[in-house]
Amino acid sequence: MELLYQIFVDPFVQMATAPDLFVQTLWEGLVGGMLYALIALGFVLIFKASGVFNFAQGIMVVFAALTLVGLYDAGLPAFLALGLTIVVMFLLAFTVERAVLRPLVNQPDIILFMATFGITYFLIGFGEFVFGGDPKVMVTDGLFLPKGAITYKALGGIVQLQKLDIVAAVTATIMVAALGIFFSKTRIGRALRAVADSHSAALSVGISLEQIWVIVWFAAGLVALVTGIFWGARSDVSFALEVIALKALPVLILGGFTSIPGAIVGGLIIGIGEKLGEFYWGPLVGGGTDAWFAYVIALVFLLFRPQGLFGETIIERV
Amino acid sequence: MRAPGGPEVAAGEVLLSVENVSLSFGGVKAVSDVSFDIRKGEIRAIIGPNGAGKTSMLNIINGFYQPQQGRITFKGEARAKMRPHEAATGGIARTFQNVALFRGMTALDNIMAGRTLKMHSNFFWQLLRHGPAMQEEVEHRRSVEEIIDFLKIQEIRRVPVGRLPYGLQKRVELGRALAMEPELLLLDEPMAGMNLEEKEDMSRFVLDANDYFGTTIALIEHDMGVVMDLSDRVVVLDHGIKIADGTPDEVKRNQAVIDAYLGVAH
Repeated sequence: MELLYQIFVDPFVQMATAPDLFVQTLWEGLVGGMLYALIALGFVLIFKASGVFNFAQGIMVVFAALTLVGLYDAGLPAFLALGLTIVVMFLLAFTVERAVLRPLVNQPDIILFMATFGITYFLIGFGEFVFGGDPKVMVTDGLFLPKGAITYKALGGIVQLQKLDIVAAVTATIMVAALGIFFSKTRIGRALRAVADSHSAALSVGISLEQIWVIVWFAAGLVALVTGIFWGARSDVSFALEVIALKALPVLILGGFTSIPGAIVGGLIIGIGEKLGEFYWGPLVGGGTDAWFAYVIALVFLLFRPQGLFGETIIERV
Repeated sequence: MRAPGGPEVAAGEVLLSVENVSLSFGGVKAVSDVSFDIRKGEIRAIIGPNGAGKTSMLNIINGFYQPQQGRITFKGEARAKMRPHEAATGGIARTFQNVALFRGMTALDNIMAGRTLKMHSNFFWQLLRHGPAMQEEVEHRRSVEEIIDFLKIQEIRRVPVGRLPYGLQKRVELGRALAMEPELLLLDEPMAGMNLEEKEDMSRFVLDANDYFGTTIALIEHDMGVVMDLSDRVVVLDHGIKIADGTPDEVKRNQAVIDAYLGVAH
């Protein structure tokens, strides 16, 4: 009885009696969720265009952030460093297409998936070789990222919103909306879906696989850069960020691997669920829930909607 | 290099010719030293027993395979190999032996995808769905609707193609190829796995496409009745070698062809 009370009643009593804490937790979950959504978006872009789960997305986040910090530390002005990092991400997309994807056209998806492991380990090694393995501090002032917090006295207590988080949430929203429109409304968007469905058919109608792949990997690279900037500014820039990127997996399971809105909604559900779970139910199991709670949420969803919230229904004719 | 019993039949200038083309995968010779041509406006059949190299031949023509030897001349321009993008921009469309559609998209979107190369407006206009892009979209929709009417698939235009029965999928695939307004249409077993009625429908579409749109067609088919009825000229491959080339009647009487299909008495 005692345990049931603690699980099913007590947390909600706490939420009701201390709404300021509840709102604070919700907000933190929301921001975390937006950033998860950004990471997941990187995966979705590449999955849509090649049907492949890009294992390297996490390391691309780290690599983009490291490049930015590295160039800035070398003495370049912040915005020049940002511009150059974008160029580097484009070169990366171009190289991946030339060296990895093009030789593997028409190979089974699993081959491409394994190739993304190769890209991951290459980028880890290359990144450490060029920038060293120590954690670095993200450029914030140079990019006009605000510091400090806005404090509201509300709901019978204090709610604190970090300014950086607000900027992160707004940027993520704009980025997601822009990409969503780009891929659903343009000819390139249609070509992208075509490539995802069948390489040979796409080739036969004159869609250039090379071009589509460079565009998609470049878009994923930009998403990685934005993610890297905000995650990096919240903690620091190190190879440990790569692990955060794996949080995108439950987000994708929830949202569906092919859906941009799914990535957003999935990200928010995971972000908020994770924070609420940690704050209200975490103490029951002695804390430390953030490592696994997201996966539990995803698992429960998987039982009811294997294709995700917004995933394309899998049609199979027998 | 003309095969036994292959005089000139259909008039019309040569649209595409392959000369002494060879292709091997490792030690396996898929196509060896094959030459033939396709003339403007004709229906040209490529036939042969299983493993004769027919599909390899189509793949060479539209650039999926690069031959190790030989020359391909398309619209007067000779080259050692075709690239898929060159083939598509040059006006070669194709269908596949195992239907290759964009499964998640509707029939309409699939056929619209065939217009990819014809769309030129930049994506800012497309984003805004306005100005030249809107006008362009409307024009393309009009010609796509014509094709949909032509193929009599009005009722299924909004259905994701993965849900369609096989025969209709093949029809959508033909629609996508026709949407490219190709000069040369390659059909890889357009009637495979179809029942008699579906075959008759498909044959009519092939003939009509040839008549109305003036599309030159090269097709691979196993059903001899269909081949003999549809085609102006037939080239016969066996084990990657050309064994005959001529009108359906000539080919039917050709001893090498009879041997290849029925086997030689030992």
